[in-house]
Amino acid sequence: MSDTDTAWIETALTSARPQAVGALLRYFRDLDTAEEAFQNACLRALKTWPQNGPPRDPAAWLIMVGRNVAIDEVRRARKQQPLPEDDQAISDLDDAEGALAERLDGSHYRDDILRLMFICCHPQLPATQQIALALRIVSGLTVRQIARAFLVSDAAMEQRITRAKAKVAEAGTPFEAPGAVERSERLAGVAAMIYLIFNEGYSASGDTAEIRKPLCEEAIRLARLLLRLFQSEPEIMGLTALILLQHARSAARFAADGSLILLDDQDRSLWNGTMIAEGLALIDKAMRHRRSGPYQIQAAIAALHARASTPEETDWTQIDLLYGALELVQPSPVVTLNRAVAVSKVRGPQAALDLIEPLAPKLANYFHFYGVRGAFLMQLGRNDEARIAFDRAIALANTSAEAAHIRMHIDRLIRDSQPKGGGARQGAKAK
Amino acid sequence: MLYAILCYHDEDFVGSWSKDQDEAVMKKLAVVQEKLTSQGRLGPVARLLPTTAAATLRKEDPPLVLDGPYAETKEQLLGFYIVDCKNLDEALDVARDLGAANPGGAYEVRPVGVFRPGGISA
Repeated sequence: MSDTDTAWIETALTSARPQAVGALLRYFRDLDTAEEAFQNACLRALKTWPQNGPPRDPAAWLIMVGRNVAIDEVRRARKQQPLPEDDQAISDLDDAEGALAERLDGSHYRDDILRLMFICCHPQLPATQQIALALRIVSGLTVRQIARAFLVSDAAMEQRITRAKAKVAEAGTPFEAPGAVERSERLAGVAAMIYLIFNEGYSASGDTAEIRKPLCEEAIRLARLLLRLFQSEPEIMGLTALILLQHARSAARFAADGSLILLDDQDRSLWNGTMIAEGLALIDKAMRHRRSGPYQIQAAIAALHARASTPEETDWTQIDLLYGALELVQPSPVVTLNRAVAVSKVRGPQAALDLIEPLAPKLANYFHFYGVRGAFLMQLGRNDEARIAFDRAIALANTSAEAAHIRMHIDRLIRDSQPKGGGARQGAKAK
Repeated sequence: MLYAILCYHDEDFVGSWSKDQDEAVMKKLAVVQEKLTSQGRLGPVARLLPTTAAATLRKEDPPLVLDGPYAETKEQLLGFYIVDCKNLDEALDVARDLGAANPGGAYEVRPVGVFRPGGISA
């Protein structure tokens, strides 16, 4: 078997994983047993698929084999005598596979996958543990891969995942098929968790962006999977559109030295046109439902940026309105801050400054607040006050890229002492 | 004689390809396509975006738009169009016009990710 063969089998195992582990979890009602059963099934697959070719339905094959191997082990332990080496339990797999595939009706495996995703977003788990757990048990990333993406040691990540699993086991898993209300609550929780995974990758700084990119890609894969299971959920369309449209810009977001390039300054020819097309199609689809929600609104904003082939073509009036809608459904000072950037483009820096001044007490420790405030002050020619705001922003910067970006503003202030000298750029992170 | 070759595969599987795997496949396909192109025998080639981006118009009266790809098995694929549209609504309008001219069955409306018009010189 060549390396390429193994790679393809591993891809097949990865893509079958959520469905297979989800079904095994329903069957064994224990996460560790389910994972171990899947692991054993994968080992068999690596042994038999290269000879016999991949099965028609890899997930059904893995569920059946995983189940049988686990049952055999229980029997073996009980009888304390070895069974024949031969794979008896799975010898007649073709028929069994067909029969099982038929039983895997749509609604069943939808809830299996949703359940598997849902146990990862238990409210008692802090965000980082939710993400780590989902990447481990839903996506099947190795502890080492996850540790690398989080920039922590393998041992620390192992511990984080073990703790998260213990909490999940303690909390108990809901195995009954969910009712409509419960299902939509689970969907909302899972959507939030997928967005967390995405943001964990997206908020990386320039020097770590490449390492953390798999997190964004995995979030997109999970969002598409969720949407395939729940095709008529506008918020899941919105979520998928949002992360696609944001990720489409990834090649243009950082300069060679790792510093952040803001939306207005990005080379738009580097944006990924295919991802944008998919994101736009999804948001179009979602809008048809006329059931708005935070993901759809944010995706609609990202879509307006994506549709503009130059910064000047950006429809800031519409973006201002959309942020207004977002403030209504998800009021937050950060949303208002983002809205202020649109307001500055539509009604000028003074109106924008008036909008954000009341936010000061709530955002006293928020880097972007001072970056945005400084930019507005600079546009108004109030350079001394701008300088103070930028200094504060640098003190609060989370990454060296953020600090470097603000320093660029300050350099511009020094260089360009003329009031209203133009060239001031928005400071808020493009959402 | 012109032939259409329609591509089917497991979307979960293809969607799990790494960038390298995807590029490797496209590279191998390009070799086959280039040969056909040089012979003037390759027409349009399209790679469709995921089925999650699809909508389906049932050509009933009035037409009914459903989320997702065409999922019935009792009807067969009989043809396809490639149209240039500003957005999904415009594409659905085109589908409605076509549906009015030829009621019954359904149109799946799916955005195209990669499109090469090609050219048949025979």
